[in-house]
Amino acid sequence: MKFKALTALSGVLAITAAGAVSADPDDDTLVINGEIEIVTKTAAPEHMEYIDEVMSGWHFRSDETQAFELDDFDNPGMLFVEQAMDVWDTVEGEKGKSCADCHEAVEDSMKGVRAVYPKYVESAGEVRTLEMQINDCRTNAMGAEAWKYDGDDITNMVALISSVSRGMPINVAIDGPAEMMWEQGKELYYTRTGQLELSCANCHEDSYGMMIRADHLSQGQINGFPAYRLKNAKLNSVHARFKGCVRDTRAETFAPGSPEFVALELYVASRGNGLSVEGPSVRN
Amino acid sequence: MADDVKPRVKVPKKAAAGETITIKTLISHKMESGQRKGKDGNLIPRSIINRFTAEFNGKSIIDVTLEAAISTNPYIEFDSIVPEEGEFKFTWYDDDGSVYDTSKKIAIG
Repeated sequence: MKFKALTALSGVLAITAAGAVSADPDDDTLVINGEIEIVTKTAAPEHMEYIDEVMSGWHFRSDETQAFELDDFDNPGMLFVEQAMDVWDTVEGEKGKSCADCHEAVEDSMKGVRAVYPKYVESAGEVRTLEMQINDCRTNAMGAEAWKYDGDDITNMVALISSVSRGMPINVAIDGPAEMMWEQGKELYYTRTGQLELSCANCHEDSYGMMIRADHLSQGQINGFPAYRLKNAKLNSVHARFKGCVRDTRAETFAPGSPEFVALELYVASRGNGLSVEGPSVRN
Repeated sequence: MADDVKPRVKVPKKAAAGETITIKTLISHKMESGQRKGKDGNLIPRSIINRFTAEFNGKSIIDVTLEAAISTNPYIEFDSIVPEEGEFKFTWYDDDGSVYDTSKKIAIG
């Protein structure tokens, strides 16, 4: 069985995470297909003041859920990556082009891309997410209709682009032209919203490793996105997750693709600098 | 035929004679249970894979009846003894009458 690869050393961690409830992150290691080593724990990037070690949400899941990611055949998210692979080669739009016509093989042209997004795009003069870039390609380069920002088509495509960068360290730039947006994202992260008056930090910085009702609180890292969730059997995008979180604080949420969420994504992504690109991941 | 149905299997390329190997199979299928209602309030008709079989050199090794509570993209993993070289054949039967199959050869060595 695959479970042999998972070393169940939760006892070791229980000592370090003093007093927390039984939702502590474990100490397993993640190697995909027996060859892609994923950094799931590492020293926190310098800009983070309150956390010493960042870790992937993978550590907060049960051994059974973790095992899904060990082999692409077992990872249900890869089904959607395969669908996106077909779309990659499909000609669409007035200009009669497919993704492959410009970008050729996705394994080569998109390697490393997921690791640096969101980033400031010089030609556009703004910070862009992968979704924005994809839609820019569709409307301008292909003459096709833009996809819905958090729809299945685009999320599957992001997953394909992410899958070819797995194992590479997240390295989002937070200085230079991106700095203003990053500051804005940081402010959002620490701003309490909704009737429950919760900020991102209340759960994912102050309380990770604890239970929130019946679920485990992770650090809210997005290195594993898009994430296949067992609860809805499809890939979920970063902004869809943000929306769910803000809604759970009982607030009116920002729209997926809004400048606020782009800023928040930039900031949250930068909190994972040093972790490996892991998406498509599998979560509850 | 339901959309995006694609069978896939993982079988080792070779095995020792008499060895027990693990076979993984998955078919992408929505597995609509027949219990859910659509936006118009009417029941969405059942559409599932209702049977899965595997054969080795024409001899049945597993025959599974699937029911409506099985979730999307059914994954079935099982062990099989490989007495000699030959071919595994996997077949999925859809409610709508479609039959999907795929096969994998295995060598001894």
